Amino acid sequence: MSDQDVLVLAEARGDALADVTFELLAAGRELARATGGQVLAVVLGPNGAAHAPALAAADRIIAVDDPQLAEYSPEPFASALREVVEAEQPRAVLTASTSIGWDVAPLLAARLDAPLATGCQAIRPDGDGLLVTASFCGGKMLAECRVAASPAILMMLPGSYRPTDETGKGELEQRKPAAPLEPGAIAFEQWIYPEAGDVDITQQDVLVAVGRGIQQQDNVELAEELAQALGGAVCASRPVVDQGWLPATRQVGKSGMIVKPKLYLALGVSGAPEHQEGMKGAELIIAVNTDPKAPIFDVAHYGAEVDMLDLMPALSEAIAARKG
Amino acid sequence: MNIVVVVRQVPDLIEPLEIVPSGDALDLDAASFILNESDDHALEQALLLKEAGGGSVTVVALDFGDVDNTLYTAVAKGADRIVKIACDGDTPPAPRDSAAVYAEAIKPLEAELVLVGVQAHDELDGGLSPFLAAALELPYVGVIRGVKADDAPGTVAACKEFPGAVMARMSVKLPAVLGILGADQPPRYVPVSRIRGAMKTAQFEESAATLAAGELLLSVSRLYPPAPATRAEMLSGSEEEIAGRIAEILAEKGLVK
Amino acid sequence: MAATNGHNGVGLLEKLGKLDNGKPPFGCIQCGLCAASCPLGPAMEYPPRKLILQAMAGNLDKLLTSPSLWMCVSCYACSKRCPRGIELAEELWPALRDAAMQAGHQPPAEIQETFQNVFKYGNVLGKSPRQRLQWAKDLDVRVLDLSREPRPVDVLWLVGCYPSYYPRNQVVARAFARIMTELGVSWGILGTKEKAVGECDRMFGEEGLFETLVEQNRKMFDEQDFGKIVVLDPHAFRALQSFYPRFNAWYPVQHYTVFLEEYIEQLKPLMVKPVEAVVTYHDNCCVGRRCECYDPPRQLLELIPGVKLVEMSSNRDDSLCCGGGGGGMWLDAHIVANGGRRLSDERVEQAAATGADTLAVSCPYELSRFEDAAKVTGLEGKLKVRDIIELLAESMDLGERSIA
Repeated sequence: MSDQDVLVLAEARGDALADVTFELLAAGRELARATGGQVLAVVLGPNGAAHAPALAAADRIIAVDDPQLAEYSPEPFASALREVVEAEQPRAVLTASTSIGWDVAPLLAARLDAPLATGCQAIRPDGDGLLVTASFCGGKMLAECRVAASPAILMMLPGSYRPTDETGKGELEQRKPAAPLEPGAIAFEQWIYPEAGDVDITQQDVLVAVGRGIQQQDNVELAEELAQALGGAVCASRPVVDQGWLPATRQVGKSGMIVKPKLYLALGVSGAPEHQEGMKGAELIIAVNTDPKAPIFDVAHYGAEVDMLDLMPALSEAIAARKG
Repeated sequence: MNIVVVVRQVPDLIEPLEIVPSGDALDLDAASFILNESDDHALEQALLLKEAGGGSVTVVALDFGDVDNTLYTAVAKGADRIVKIACDGDTPPAPRDSAAVYAEAIKPLEAELVLVGVQAHDELDGGLSPFLAAALELPYVGVIRGVKADDAPGTVAACKEFPGAVMARMSVKLPAVLGILGADQPPRYVPVSRIRGAMKTAQFEESAATLAAGELLLSVSRLYPPAPATRAEMLSGSEEEIAGRIAEILAEKGLVK
Repeated sequence: MAATNGHNGVGLLEKLGKLDNGKPPFGCIQCGLCAASCPLGPAMEYPPRKLILQAMAGNLDKLLTSPSLWMCVSCYACSKRCPRGIELAEELWPALRDAAMQAGHQPPAEIQETFQNVFKYGNVLGKSPRQRLQWAKDLDVRVLDLSREPRPVDVLWLVGCYPSYYPRNQVVARAFARIMTELGVSWGILGTKEKAVGECDRMFGEEGLFETLVEQNRKMFDEQDFGKIVVLDPHAFRALQSFYPRFNAWYPVQHYTVFLEEYIEQLKPLMVKPVEAVVTYHDNCCVGRRCECYDPPRQLLELIPGVKLVEMSSNRDDSLCCGGGGGGMWLDAHIVANGGRRLSDERVEQAAATGADTLAVSCPYELSRFEDAAKVTGLEGKLKVRDIIELLAESMDLGERSIA
């Protein structure tokens, strides 16, 4: 235990760890190298120890189990994490900007009266404190912040760090909370899965993504035609799904699907950080948007400043012509 | 159910963001303000719960930005009470500081359920909603898309969103604070004549809560817009030319056969 | 005709709903000419005649919850044909829609967003009001912004939302600025302070929003010293001519076709370049069918050397609507989802059937609607869609080089 350590909250999804956990470990390693501390990975829940091999980038893997951690609920998770943080006194606690991160990181910060920064893209030590680069205003502004107190609770923006091959000591410690966790007033009841039957966009090689630029529901048809010409499927950013123009199963982004297709054609998608989280991993990204300042062009390989509604029919035709 | 909704004003991102000369804050004089999107959903969720099971909806806001318009619109949509908290100066407090003042304003309202948008885009020490829950000493869960009255009295069922369009149904014992990402329905449209009507009849309640700046845990040293697009190679020309060029790139990569 | 001030919607509805003595409103004889004239009538659960019939029977709830309530595109065909002169398009539909929204029924999502844009930003596109002057950036003629430099002018030109912001229409705005300058007109605009006139809001039944815009616009207009208002948008013309006076806001107003027609003698010698084109003209519904002003646009087109003017089979008072009026710009998805025809697609096919290579228009909505329709119907490249202003500017050698 050292006040130079970096603690990472690992997130399990089903039998595997969430991709973002490996990014947190990479961020943790980099920071720990600078502070001279160790990387601690905390994994909560009954199968925590089983994740130890995958968490090899950490020096210490702390698996906490308690009946209340079998499924996610905020109070037991926040309490279990707090107990570890109070025991280990790390310099920083890294969580992801995920559904769980958005609960436990601020709850932890409130209870420890510790600083919290959201949207973090980069962290480095600065004397006793930390310097954090955080994204806000929908990705249109970056802030360099100084975080003075320890521990700093930092919510990392997915995609900010590339997973690392580096390994740590990888020592597993299995723990139980000092006292059995209380269930809290908010209890998990059941998982609700999206209705089966729709296209699984995570399995597609080619995705045509439509954003606000689609303007009207009947324009979705143009995107469908284009997707058909490309042998792929249509997906969407959140506003389009919120309108009910495409089902939730087609949503890409933080609260939707994480996709890694060979081609991601982003049409009229501004590319807010929440959306980028879901598609940054695509092999080839081509973005079309009338706004030259749209953040989507920051992650795209190719871009064009035209109206998607004009481009879609032209592109369908150009593809058809190539196919002969 | 007695529901309290907190609504915030955020800089409207259709206007370019400007930074003050000292470089460490947004120039709010140059900004125009709109209702924070997830707070709009929180209000809608509250109205839907009221319509389904009765009760009242009280909307609480800092007196800042275009707040009057927001509150009149809330009344036009069906909110019962609107409460303004005086906000000195022209800069709204950071979420953590404001949590305390909202809590002070909300306590006397004896809310069974407090709904707040889970995120506001101008927050850096993010998450007013969990800080508010902590200040009110109430349980909290966020990233909620949809809340229904539960069979068991004194509870609601909230759907928490996880990646992959998966939801977790959570049973919430009241009182509690929920961080709303989306309501069961998109925020309703209310005709402007109703908003104008509310302007004539609705009465603000002034909260006596006062702001006290907390300990500075996070200080901004510099703001700057992200580097302009550098990665994307921009294609130019007519739609046909761009379409032709994209088709060519896809063919090169073996994506069109 | 019904009293039409303030919340006339409610008043009119009460009138309709209380008719239990068997006497139909406005003397409707249920002849059905309205429904038969309505281009979307066949797809409507309640086309105009049934609308009145159900209202007379007191079945307002049915009307207010039917999707057909949001299908009227204010083409004025019903009003035009009604033998009793009932103002269906301007009174009945808006009143019922207002009543529906007052009762909490939600209009289609896209138009909700449009209303919110107008309420928040003063333009239908949801663009930054500060960027309203972008169309005039680097323009080669002087643009007098009266909101910054107030001074007496003959013409207060309301540029309009689409010509201010939408790239295809910005070309038209720039051409009009050049034409007016060339004609020596003393003109100015309201710059970033200009707001939507609100016709589509009024026709869609958003009475409160319209009233708000009237108040804001009246205040701005009254601060200026001008001879008359000139607009590119026929809808804005109709609103200023007929709906603003109901709020005691009287301003002389001309649609640009009528305004330019007064300069015909001056324009003649300025037409220096022939424009070789077979042109057919689409009568917009507001200046055309509603105000029966059919000749000025044709006279302007005939001025242009090289232009051969041909007529579509349905023209003048029988012209088929582009489908964009009365909020129709934002109702396409709703109309198609409910079995309605795509009017703009049909109209470009009618235009092409004349053998014309150019469809001339005089309404900002129509450029994008007909260009999209030409793409969908396979007429792209065969039928150009151009505003009369563009054709005039080309002949005057004032056009933009980037535009074909």
